[in-house]
Amino acid sequence: MSDEARRGLFLVSPPFLYAILLLAVPVVTIILYSFWTDGYLEVVPDLTLENYTESLTDPLIRQLLVRSVGVAMAVTAATVLLAFPIAYYISFHVRPERKSLWLFLITIPFWTSYLIRVALWKVILGYNGVANSVLDLLGFSQEPVLFFGAVVGQVFEPVTWFNLSIPAIVITLSHAYAPFAILPIFVALEKIDRSLGEASRDLGDGPLMTFWRVTLPLAVPGVVAAVLIVFIPTIGDYVTPAVVGGDKNPMIANFVYISFLKLDNYPQGAALAMLSMLAVTLIALVFLWLNRRWLRVGR
Amino acid sequence: MTLIQLAGVHKHYGDFHALKGIDLDIRQGEFFSLLGPSGCGKTTLLRVIAGFEGVSEGSVSIDGRDMRGVGANHRPTNMVFQSYAIFPHLSVGENVGFGLRRDPRPREDKAKAVDEALEMVGLSGYGKRAAHALSGGQRQRVALARALILKPKVLLLDEPLSALDKKIREQMQVELIKLQREVGITFILVTHDQEEALVMSDRIAVMFEGEIGQMDDPETLYRRPNSRRVAGFIGMMNFLPATIGQKVSQMKSRPAPPPGPDNRGLLQRLKDIGRVVPPAPKALPEYETGIEVKVAGLGRCIVPPEQIPDRVGQGETIVGIRPETLSILFEGETTQRNIAEAVVDEVVYYGDMTYYDVRVAGVEKPLTISMKNLIGRPVLDVGVRTRVAWDERSLVILGS
Repeated sequence: MSDEARRGLFLVSPPFLYAILLLAVPVVTIILYSFWTDGYLEVVPDLTLENYTESLTDPLIRQLLVRSVGVAMAVTAATVLLAFPIAYYISFHVRPERKSLWLFLITIPFWTSYLIRVALWKVILGYNGVANSVLDLLGFSQEPVLFFGAVVGQVFEPVTWFNLSIPAIVITLSHAYAPFAILPIFVALEKIDRSLGEASRDLGDGPLMTFWRVTLPLAVPGVVAAVLIVFIPTIGDYVTPAVVGGDKNPMIANFVYISFLKLDNYPQGAALAMLSMLAVTLIALVFLWLNRRWLRVGR
Repeated sequence: MTLIQLAGVHKHYGDFHALKGIDLDIRQGEFFSLLGPSGCGKTTLLRVIAGFEGVSEGSVSIDGRDMRGVGANHRPTNMVFQSYAIFPHLSVGENVGFGLRRDPRPREDKAKAVDEALEMVGLSGYGKRAAHALSGGQRQRVALARALILKPKVLLLDEPLSALDKKIREQMQVELIKLQREVGITFILVTHDQEEALVMSDRIAVMFEGEIGQMDDPETLYRRPNSRRVAGFIGMMNFLPATIGQKVSQMKSRPAPPPGPDNRGLLQRLKDIGRVVPPAPKALPEYETGIEVKVAGLGRCIVPPEQIPDRVGQGETIVGIRPETLSILFEGETTQRNIAEAVVDEVVYYGDMTYYDVRVAGVEKPLTISMKNLIGRPVLDVGVRTRVAWDERSLVILGS
């Protein structure tokens, strides 16, 4: 081994060890657990596929998986659709010297902890919260309070549409991940040569067609990045469903938590963690493929 | 026939007055150039014609139609951008066919039109290639094909050659001229390169600080610039103080000098490519009367009255004289022209040409003279005493 190679190895080894200890070892452990058998107060190293078959057949767990993927998709769609106009506005309509100020303002919500931001959404969306109260005032509370089947006076139950619901989870997560979607889209839009838009106009296209035929295709890499950045963490989000979703709407991460810490069923929890990772991988691959197709690399 | 008419066009950007009253008529089929230093407003003017910029005042009409409120996508103009603006996500063929979206023809006809356009610019068979893999010259051809396929009334070219290296640029100049003659479309070229403008254009408007300084054909522009800044911008020019005197009678006329071998240069290049028809050599007119002009450092001469612009009266003035209209008189050479004594101050050897800076008595700045390096003609050394031959016909009276 040459001197240079040895020195290089020496420099690389601390982060390499760090990566092995904190990434590879836990992942391998989880993979192993997911194929082992649950014993009483311990994990028995007998290989089995039962954790997976049970996860995929148990209607409760299946519901959680479907809900997680559904919520993550809804959050991703909402976030990216809302982020695009903002990124577009900053890139195309804000004066160049003001752009960094706008980006700075967008990051302001990040100055407080994620948990606090989620908790604050509860004030807006929770029982007797702002959103429900407004709906109340607008006269949406129709159900009279019943007492032993009899209507008790003119007292009405407050509206609880947003309280501990899936829409509440989607709204909260969409807000939390908005900057992560705005920034990559903004960067992709900034990279577009402005004369391309003029060329499109010059060749006869109006503003809408120019957007559709030039701006949007060239922004696709940013949109794909935004989709992945939002989708991957939201599918495994644990805090938001717990806080604004309540116990009624757990997602897969909440059940992984229950499996590990409440049910003492490590293999089951590990198998569920692996399944959600698999879902993320599949969707990431689909988007990478789309990205490549769209940009016609190698043609 | 006038195709484009601009009347009193002003353009303000906040406090900046980019165009200050432009009046312009461009004829059908003309190769017209907007020439000027950077920041003179030539690109702004082109963008006004294209419809990317509105006018603050004045009017633009194309083919008899007022263009007020007509967007770039509805004007009969197409543009070749300085950066070419080739769509990177599309193939070459898709780029060229971009503007055919609303063309009612069937798909196969459009594909054929794309192939023909590519053939016209010498890129047959490139249709399937990715646009981002093209070289600079190829991108430019794609940009040309993309604009010409729409058969615009006017093709606008925004410094289309400035990004190319010298060899390809000169080749593209000739190709563009040929292409323009072939398709018969009016071309408007924006450039800061005076040589490019002279070589390619039928007419040139020289712009300074948002105004048109002079608008003429290349030869007039070169031979008879109307101001010192035009004269200084186009080609090289020596400026000398001079005094315009009385009308005098001159009885004697000298025989015409033989056509000098030294009067070559840019004009000759223009003649070589057929841009300028060389005038028949004419005998020196026998001046009955003329106006006396005293040029500092060179001496006195009589010039015909028509050579002095109306705006220049008697008294102090500035005259210009091109380096190629002056010549060094080598040992043993004689001339019928006027002669001034000089000392060689600087010699720059270019191979085919030598540029001399010579000092003449009474003038602070040396005069630049360009000499063709003919067989047997020596290259003089710095400090050598010599004689300079000059001719009153090549004096450009500029006014003060």
